Amino acid sequence: MPLVKNGAVVPDSYVTVDGDAPLPEGAIIVPLARLLAEGEALARRNSPLGVLVPNSADVSVLTPHLAQLSLVVLDFPKFRDGRAYSQARLLRERLGYGGELRAHGNVLRDQLILMVRCGFDAFEIAKEADIAAFSKALASYSLFYQPTGDGRASVAALRAGRA
Amino acid sequence: MYVYDEFDRTFLAERVADFRDQVARRLSGELNEEEFKPLRLMNGVYLQLHAYMLRVCIPYGTLSAHQMRALASVARRYDKGYGHFTTRQNIQFNWIKLAELPDAMDELAAAGIHGIQTSGNCIRNTTTDPWAGATPEEIEDPRLYAEVIRQWSTLHPEFTYLPRKFKIAITAAKHDRAAIRVHDIGLRLHRRGDETGFEVIVGGGLGRTPFVGKTIRDFLPKEHLLSYLEAILRVYNSGGRRDNIYKARIKIQVHEVGTEEFARRVEDEWAQIRDGALLLDEAAFDQIRDRFVTPDFDALDDAPAVLAEAMKNPDFARWHANSVGPHKMAGHAIVTVSLKPVGKPPGDATADQMDGIADLADAYGYGEIRVAHEQNLTLPHVRQKDLPDLWRRLDALGLATPNVGLISDIIACPGLDYCSLANARSIPLAQRLTERFADPERIADIGRMHINISGCINACGHHHVGHIGILGVEKKELEFYQVTLGGKGNHKTKLGELIGPAVSEDEVVDVVERIVDTYLDLRSSPSETFIAAVQRLGLEPFKERAYAAR
Amino acid sequence: MTSPLQQKLKITGPTAITANRLADGVVVWLTSGRRWSESISDAAVATTSDEVHALLASAQADELEAVGAYPARVAVEDGKARPANLRERIRVDGPTVAFGSAA
Repeated sequence: MPLVKNGAVVPDSYVTVDGDAPLPEGAIIVPLARLLAEGEALARRNSPLGVLVPNSADVSVLTPHLAQLSLVVLDFPKFRDGRAYSQARLLRERLGYGGELRAHGNVLRDQLILMVRCGFDAFEIAKEADIAAFSKALASYSLFYQPTGDGRASVAALRAGRA
Repeated sequence: MYVYDEFDRTFLAERVADFRDQVARRLSGELNEEEFKPLRLMNGVYLQLHAYMLRVCIPYGTLSAHQMRALASVARRYDKGYGHFTTRQNIQFNWIKLAELPDAMDELAAAGIHGIQTSGNCIRNTTTDPWAGATPEEIEDPRLYAEVIRQWSTLHPEFTYLPRKFKIAITAAKHDRAAIRVHDIGLRLHRRGDETGFEVIVGGGLGRTPFVGKTIRDFLPKEHLLSYLEAILRVYNSGGRRDNIYKARIKIQVHEVGTEEFARRVEDEWAQIRDGALLLDEAAFDQIRDRFVTPDFDALDDAPAVLAEAMKNPDFARWHANSVGPHKMAGHAIVTVSLKPVGKPPGDATADQMDGIADLADAYGYGEIRVAHEQNLTLPHVRQKDLPDLWRRLDALGLATPNVGLISDIIACPGLDYCSLANARSIPLAQRLTERFADPERIADIGRMHINISGCINACGHHHVGHIGILGVEKKELEFYQVTLGGKGNHKTKLGELIGPAVSEDEVVDVVERIVDTYLDLRSSPSETFIAAVQRLGLEPFKERAYAAR
Repeated sequence: MTSPLQQKLKITGPTAITANRLADGVVVWLTSGRRWSESISDAAVATTSDEVHALLASAQADELEAVGAYPARVAVEDGKARPANLRERIRVDGPTVAFGSAA
């Protein structure tokens, strides 16, 4: 699955490791359950560590591990299942997570702007045409009514001249 | 009413352009139907039995005369010359073509109206009292808060793909004309000392599993409105069921986890965000309040001579008795325009009638129009001295039926004549009932009475809260109707009770008439309303008579 | 009438495949030539479950012309399909109530 950052396809250096498979060298993504069970051992590896979080999980369980994590992968099993939007905002805005936040699953062009506003900065995009349209999709809107943690000024802030 | 500024206009133009692009990609095959459907729904576009339907949002039910003319124009150019006003203060066009929708939306956008979030699993159009800003009963105009919510909820990045649709209603009056206890969130504005705030009610709703909402907070200071809503929505988005579409509304989550536990989760979440970016200071309210244009009311006295003179005409007096309500300003009145003429589809208006009402709003009502959830229109600010002229001109438009709040003021969903979900027709039944109860003197004698008809269990006709509720069901491909009694949708919301087995299409009007006759026979005095009599007598006497002739 | 979209595929008599045209929503029927016609009398009528499945599969394979294809029971008169129930009669003939300025 092509990985898109800042509108361009980039190489994905991470290898996804199953629940009990032996750990390879280099950057890995483990399931949440494995991170919670083997967190200390995983932290001792000297390679980038990522975690795949199911969208039913309470992301606050990541709190003790955030310093070790360079990637959090959130899941959209169907694009209509919007739980990961809340997880993303909590990670960014409450838990202060600053590493890569990747959208995985049914990731489509028409939801990209919402994902960006919730704090995602990396996207696994299947459709060729959606990758080509990435920048256009993000430019569809220049105004946003809600304050979120993405740094964009809300309409209220613009009206008040605060931005 | 709220007038869009450059930010609102720019956003709306971008939204229409985005949808135009999505339609083009659907027509070219780049988007498949599964991918496109939620996108079109979030712009108000359904596919019904014979055509696409566009549901246009009328924010908290308020329209300018200019916007009403834009609706009339769309009805003429893109539809079959009419529209249908709904119980959610929206209007629906039933015959619009997908390929032409973006053009229709551009026309509407030019007048500041749209179909955004009138469908889909997102936060829908916030509804409120159709008398807001006009009634003397309210402590403050709730539309300010409805507009604050509109802006916050519009394309909310976190809450656009919720487990299911989400409806919020607000009232600021004692008499609840917004049915707040049957919404996902109901907000009742009230005062505690000098402070203004909200009672917060969650988990109400009709549909196949009706619940009356539960209060989770007695008093929420108004500055916390958005952070508290965000907390509720986050608890719902994270924990609401997604395994079964019929169990995905917040009412099921509240029911399953329990009101106390649900409230605890909301309060915990809110504690973390209450003083964050969503905190509303006075400047934030002023910013939106300043965009509301309120009429510059003329200084007038109540009960002008011309009105007293007109009251000598019994036809005018009858219309006045049930269509005209008190206004907060002396010399003014609130006028309800019945969209329930005898024998016509409830809630429908032709393009010519829409233009006519726009003209009347300009001539007599400071250019303002409201849509009421009873599927009627309201002219909220009419000079009392103009009432006789207004009545004559409404009558010429076929819009002066003196039945507001009476038995023929029927609420009905579109039913099987239009809707792909329906089991049975609603409109023909409503038409036959209005014909049976056409005599103005008889219906005035029957008095206050709400009949609600839904063509299926999704309950768009709010049959659960009808004094008489009628639900269409199907038996072996024939239409049958279940009848409930004793429902109420006001501040004392109560769900009606089933009186017995469903009756056939041929029988149902007679059954309703026998229920009404039972009431007329048994009421303690003409001042005892139907609903009061049902409460006093219980269902038995009505049941007995309703089925007696079978 | 329970929405056919909610029903399991159970064939109880002559059946045709119907849908709505993508661009304008107009009711259309699948013909034996695997094209869509606005007229129910052009509809291909299947009488076995296998035939219905085959027709439905070809209808659903094309989402570009018509959407929401489903099997509808029909009556057959003079070899041509006619609506067999109220729902399909309304889809073919339009609402049973007058509307707009005709109301």
